Amino acid sequence: MRLSGALLPWLAAAALVVCAAGLVWGLVFAPRDWQQGDTVRIMYVHVPAAWWAMGGYMSLAVASFVSLVWRHPLADVAAVAIAPVGAVFTAICLATGSLWGKPMWGTWWVWDARLTSVLVLFFLYLGHIALTNAFDEPERAARPAAILALIGAVNVPIIKFSVDWWNTLHQPASVTRFDAPAVHVDILWPLLISGLGFGLAFAAIVLLRMRTVLIERRVRAILAARGLEGAGVSRPVPAA
Amino acid sequence: MSEFLAMGGYAAFVWPSYGIGVGGVALLALVSLRQWRAAKAELARLEAAGLSRRARLEDRR
Amino acid sequence: MSRRKRRRLAVVLLAGLGLGTATALTLTAFEDNLVFFFSPSDLAAKPMPPDRPFRIGGLVEAGSVERSTNAAGTLETSFRVTDGAHAIRVTYTGILPDLFREGQGVVAEGRLKPDGTFAASSVLARHDETYMPPEVADALKRAGHWQPGEPPPPARLWNTKEVDRSAAAPGPLTN
Repeated sequence: MRLSGALLPWLAAAALVVCAAGLVWGLVFAPRDWQQGDTVRIMYVHVPAAWWAMGGYMSLAVASFVSLVWRHPLADVAAVAIAPVGAVFTAICLATGSLWGKPMWGTWWVWDARLTSVLVLFFLYLGHIALTNAFDEPERAARPAAILALIGAVNVPIIKFSVDWWNTLHQPASVTRFDAPAVHVDILWPLLISGLGFGLAFAAIVLLRMRTVLIERRVRAILAARGLEGAGVSRPVPAA
Repeated sequence: MSEFLAMGGYAAFVWPSYGIGVGGVALLALVSLRQWRAAKAELARLEAAGLSRRARLEDRR
Repeated sequence: MSRRKRRRLAVVLLAGLGLGTATALTLTAFEDNLVFFFSPSDLAAKPMPPDRPFRIGGLVEAGSVERSTNAAGTLETSFRVTDGAHAIRVTYTGILPDLFREGQGVVAEGRLKPDGTFAASSVLARHDETYMPPEVADALKRAGHWQPGEPPPPARLWNTKEVDRSAAAPGPLTN
């Protein structure tokens, strides 16, 4: 974790630069699509958010697995830090998808297997956050939260393959296919760069939140040791 | 320029998407940064208080 | 690894296996409800009772779209939805999504009428998974690699194709 302190500013700077490059490329320089016109530009936000909403959940599941089996304290800290970031990325994915769906499909929302399973992902993140905050001592929340995260992990392959297993309104995968990506290079490159940028941003924010959680736990430990605190909760920090 | 802003008639969908994406991540980063600063300040305050108390105890001896 | 850790690992893995099996079984059992739409072939194999609302999906058959304006001034559209093997005529009154065109995937929600046509109360366009600049699409069509109204050719034919920017300034999209 000490290494992360030195790494974090560089990671944040890289996230900023790569995100800006990918999004400006997508917004200004990438071509329009032959059938979607300019709405294709929404994809440079929507798809990276979706990738990391799912990637984030997989890392949450791995952290929970390590926490359950090996009881590594850092794994709990990682899980607590990942969930809110994943929830925000999932919300961005849902909102931008809706903004694309209205002009292209003709509807803001449908209950097809893809959209519904992503909404379930959002609620799984919210459930994890709620469970973590439901306990006065966060260490006691670790096990139930880890179990919830692992149960929810079955949803990740369902999201990914929903478009192949069932017919949905949402289109099948374009980039991760067995044959060539069905995306022209002029559209694919900015998408991959934006995807990398969102991934770096995800990692940077998770690292920052992990450091915060570690400091908060030390604060709680000091207060508990002094016996100044009954509930074991630190003083309310200024509204963030 | 105005043609770029118009986004081929889809401005009402493209620009809010970028606003939500960039705004959402930026807001989360900002909130996380403030929480980190607040936690750090709290720890520093406690440690300072702890040191001064220990110092007082040592003075009395 | 200590014995307790090994035991915890086994419990977690077994629970995961059980959960995965249960999920797979549940999803298989509810398969029919997870399907967002039926294809014309599904309908031919298993006819729907009239008056039961459902969704039908497929491609808009090339050359089948007929548009007219009714007395109230609203747009009436009639087109055939095909999946290659079977096709069904769909009628719809109202504004269609921007992606609607011949050869495009659509999902229509509505009911079967006694005459066998499908009266849609809503029509959604389905986007296929191809993304390319309009210039590339035009070039493919000009070169005869892509018949109008047909799905696009395989991706490896075009996904690294050079875009000829000199041909024309990006003008209005050609549908």
